[in-house]
Amino acid sequence: MSKTIDKTTVKHVAHLSRLELNDKELETYSGQLAAILSYIDKLNEIDTKDVAPTSHAIASLKNVFRKDVLKPSIGAKESLKNAPATEGDFFKVPQIIEGK
Amino acid sequence: MNYETVIGLEVHLQLSTNTKAFCGCSTKFGQPPNSQTCPVCLGFPGSLPVLNEEAFNYAIKVALALNCKIQDLIKFDRKNYYYPDLPKNFQISQYDMPLSYDGFVDISSGAKRKRIRIKRVHLEEDAGKLMHPAGENYSLVDYNRGGMPLLEIVTEPDLSSPEEAYDYLTKLKSILGYLKVSDCDMEKGSLRCDANISVRPRGETKLGTKVELKNMNSFKGVKLGLEYESKRQVAAIGDNEKLVQETRLWDVEKNITVSMRSKEEAQDYRYFPEPDLVPFVVDKITIEKVRKDLPELPEAKTDRFVKEFGLSEYDANVLTSDVDFAGYFETCARSYKNAKTIANWLMGDIMAQMNTRNAGIKELGLTADGLVALLKMIDSQAISGKMAKEVLLEAIETKKDPAIVVKEKGLSQISDSSKIEEVVSVVISREAKTVADYKNGKKAAITFLIGQIMKETRGKANPGLVNEILKKKLGE
Ligand SMILES: [Zn+2]
Repeated sequence: MSKTIDKTTVKHVAHLSRLELNDKELETYSGQLAAILSYIDKLNEIDTKDVAPTSHAIASLKNVFRKDVLKPSIGAKESLKNAPATEGDFFKVPQIIEGK
Repeated sequence: MNYETVIGLEVHLQLSTNTKAFCGCSTKFGQPPNSQTCPVCLGFPGSLPVLNEEAFNYAIKVALALNCKIQDLIKFDRKNYYYPDLPKNFQISQYDMPLSYDGFVDISSGAKRKRIRIKRVHLEEDAGKLMHPAGENYSLVDYNRGGMPLLEIVTEPDLSSPEEAYDYLTKLKSILGYLKVSDCDMEKGSLRCDANISVRPRGETKLGTKVELKNMNSFKGVKLGLEYESKRQVAAIGDNEKLVQETRLWDVEKNITVSMRSKEEAQDYRYFPEPDLVPFVVDKITIEKVRKDLPELPEAKTDRFVKEFGLSEYDANVLTSDVDFAGYFETCARSYKNAKTIANWLMGDIMAQMNTRNAGIKELGLTADGLVALLKMIDSQAISGKMAKEVLLEAIETKKDPAIVVKEKGLSQISDSSKIEEVVSVVISREAKTVADYKNGKKAAITFLIGQIMKETRGKANPGLVNEILKKKLGE
């Protein structure tokens, strides 16, 4: 059984991930994504009628908290170390119009 | 045609915990940019978020105070979007199993009471802060705010006017103040409000085209923004213009709303369960314990003030609107029996001072003992009511105790009859002509004589005594 993912969907997903794909890449990825999804679809063949749904790998683990106690931050210098662009103690990014 | 407005509000509240929602970074306001960041709140690979227990407890407290049901199994989700205020490209939020749901807040708009349903209260993390240097083609990001614990409190579209929206916010802030979970400071951004607003012909059951309104930085701004938007929408329908579902910003300078005009694609957040956080379950016993430990909330306090102090419901409502104000009143009422007098002073001169100084009762610096001492001085006629008002102002201005102000200014009222008699005699002999006028039937002349006496005593003579003694001396 092979799924197909049309190019419009691939384009949309690429846009959501801020990726720019050319026509050839769209072609390639629509094939690859279809293959991946078909593979994942195998999971649907398992009978889960008697399995309780969970959102976490370790189903028995619940209520893991930390106390509201300060831990030292790493500081601006360390935080900005890997940033491609900075200004003063700020991260610098391409201009963003207000709102999202 | 007659239109009605349909409004739903979404409030974001920063919880006043010491540390962020999922890491140990400080939540202190106004620190140097990016000084309060770590691998977790910067979303570095391999870092693991762990939920702040206090933030969770605060959230449960707020949920219960807003009469919400607590979800059996609480789960966090990732809300995915690309925007530089999110270092991870997703926000840890809650989607289909929010912390709580189905609550309500009762508001009174004028004389009308109304129940506003709360759709959900959920916990999430705040985003960082973007700055846009003027004239430059880049933006700057500060992640100190990123990861701060945020409560989202969403109403059903139950508000039917900008006034109701304002009253709801006031009530909500009042309740939150009692719970002491946030400083609720809109200027600092610890309380923010977005609105959904649409209009429809009265009687119509289908909702109109909804506009999301943002960028309102005060409760008054919310009201003005909604008023403008409701009028704009009704006018557009009248002009046969097609309304579009969009986000608009309130422009506080121009007093208008402006379309964001961004080509907004349908929002596609691709929520999915946050695999780094386990689910949370609050057992019934804990829920009942938290509920029992909730402080007395504004409504209960209002009822008690009416019963215990014989106040009108209006007075009690005003006094209990702020937890500190209510506490101040009660402290005064413990050592001064006339509750109505305290209420009058608090709601009159003192509240006026709070408003002009944009200060809470605590910042005003006038102690409850100081106010009671002042009221007792009026009762014993040591000072007049008029003097007391001046003393109050001076006490607030100089942050001195009212009793000390009275002493320093030599303001004590003269209630010693023999002293007043002396002054009255002096004035009567000096103003012989006016006295003659009075005796010849020009009764109004007495006002002038009283004025002269008050002037002699620099306003300090007890007016009642002056009147009495003067009339006696004039032979009545
Ligand atoms: Zn951190």
